[in-house]
Amino acid sequence: MQSFWQQLLSGLANGGVYACIALALVMIYKATHLVNFAQGEMAMFSTYIAWAMIDSGLPYWAAFGLTLVVSFVGGIVIERLVIRPVEQGPVLSIVIVFVGLLLVFNSLAGLIFGYTIKSFPSPFPSGAWYGSKYMSSHEVGMIVVTLTILVVVFVFFRFTRLGLAMRAAAQNPISSRLAGIRVGRMLALGWGLAGAIGAAAGMMAAPIVYLDPNMMSGILLYGFAGALLGGIDNPWGAALGGIFVGILENLAGAYVVGTELKLTLALAIIVSVLVFKPAGLFGQAPVVRV
Amino acid sequence: MKPILELRRVDAAYGPKQILKAVDLTVEEYGITTLLGANGAGKTTTLRAICNMIPRVSGEIWFAGKRIDRKATEEIARLGIAHVPDGRGTFVDLTVEENLRIGAYTRRDKGLAADLERMYTYFPRLKERRRQQAGKLSGGEQQMLAISRALMLQPTLLLLDEPSFGLAPLAVQEIFQMLRTINQDGSVAMLLVEQNASIALELADRAYLIETGCVITGGPAAIIARDDAVRRAYLGY
Repeated sequence: MQSFWQQLLSGLANGGVYACIALALVMIYKATHLVNFAQGEMAMFSTYIAWAMIDSGLPYWAAFGLTLVVSFVGGIVIERLVIRPVEQGPVLSIVIVFVGLLLVFNSLAGLIFGYTIKSFPSPFPSGAWYGSKYMSSHEVGMIVVTLTILVVVFVFFRFTRLGLAMRAAAQNPISSRLAGIRVGRMLALGWGLAGAIGAAAGMMAAPIVYLDPNMMSGILLYGFAGALLGGIDNPWGAALGGIFVGILENLAGAYVVGTELKLTLALAIIVSVLVFKPAGLFGQAPVVRV
Repeated sequence: MKPILELRRVDAAYGPKQILKAVDLTVEEYGITTLLGANGAGKTTTLRAICNMIPRVSGEIWFAGKRIDRKATEEIARLGIAHVPDGRGTFVDLTVEENLRIGAYTRRDKGLAADLERMYTYFPRLKERRRQQAGKLSGGEQQMLAISRALMLQPTLLLLDEPSFGLAPLAVQEIFQMLRTINQDGSVAMLLVEQNASIALELADRAYLIETGCVITGGPAAIIARDDAVRRAYLGY
């Protein structure tokens, strides 16, 4: 029984990371109606930036905050330089740009930081959490940090004027322009937020999965599975889906399929959602008037 | 009366297809001007050209002493032109009140709550449904919402694209009565595009007639309403 709780709680910790990645995917999906395949590599690159800052002597939380800022600005720059020119183009052009970004970040990380696996520090004390048998302190910290991010993002979109304008711009750009909303800026801001949220997920995951250029490939897959499960057009559904996938992955890995087949589970979720409930659990099935 | 909006020899085209040909049109401050015409005559295109929503526009458009034909749509809105687009442009996933708040996005003054209340007195039905998803409103209610959303911008000019389109006669009457009240209450001029000529001529003080992209006549609404050709073609008596 003790090991069950342990698996459940560490699944919750992983789920927080998947939820953040899922949320970042949804934010870009809302604006472009495409899944950003480069989201994981962007987060990985941000994590390397954090590592470089810590390595050069910066305290952990300073590096954490600075990395969020750098990733936010980086997301905006990517949108302006790379996405904007193909925004009106055919779907495939944007997909190719996403794939290109993935390769560029992956290779850049290898080129600059090398392919050898690095360890990434955790800001939380090592060992069990207050003598608890169930969780490590890092896992508790992960849950706190990722949930805080989800709550902050929720409050921002739900209760602020800017958050409302961003939702409006993603949903109906033409009407938004007529209301004086600078839609281009809102979309760029969305990329910035996605970059920052992804960076936080990367930094929380890195102490567990270790830092290397491919660290996010599995996490992106789980995050994507979570986003689809919750509904790719519903940020809160997607975040819940991410948490659920984290728990499911850990429990199934421990008791059902074994650790080797865990990633297969993510693919199984993706395929079954697409086949049986394409809108996800909380998403809206698209209604088209003919 | 001073003109607030002036179109001078405006051409507009979608790709190779020219829609507007040398359109001249004036809207007076505080007045209601209507632009009448059949389906496909270029009414919607004229409104879109004013807000720079069409890729190719030439000629000059002046608003409140400023030339606006090179400005981006969102900057034109910020100057005080609110556009109630055709199809109503509702943010369907957001609530009624969120829709109204989006209308007021550019404002930073404290009068927002008072203006929300003003909209709710114009259209009490919106108040009943303020927490509902806007996509679930009826066509008439969505039109009321679109007009209110536009007014939340505190515009000096309101562009209305066929507010009667697809609505029940009773809803049309209610909306046009409110348009009169809104025009008398505030300092907002209106440019009203309509297919329903009789109700538009009743409301407006000036009227233009557009056919296949050319403005063929214009003048005080009362005189246009008595014009034989207009009566036969648009009023049907």
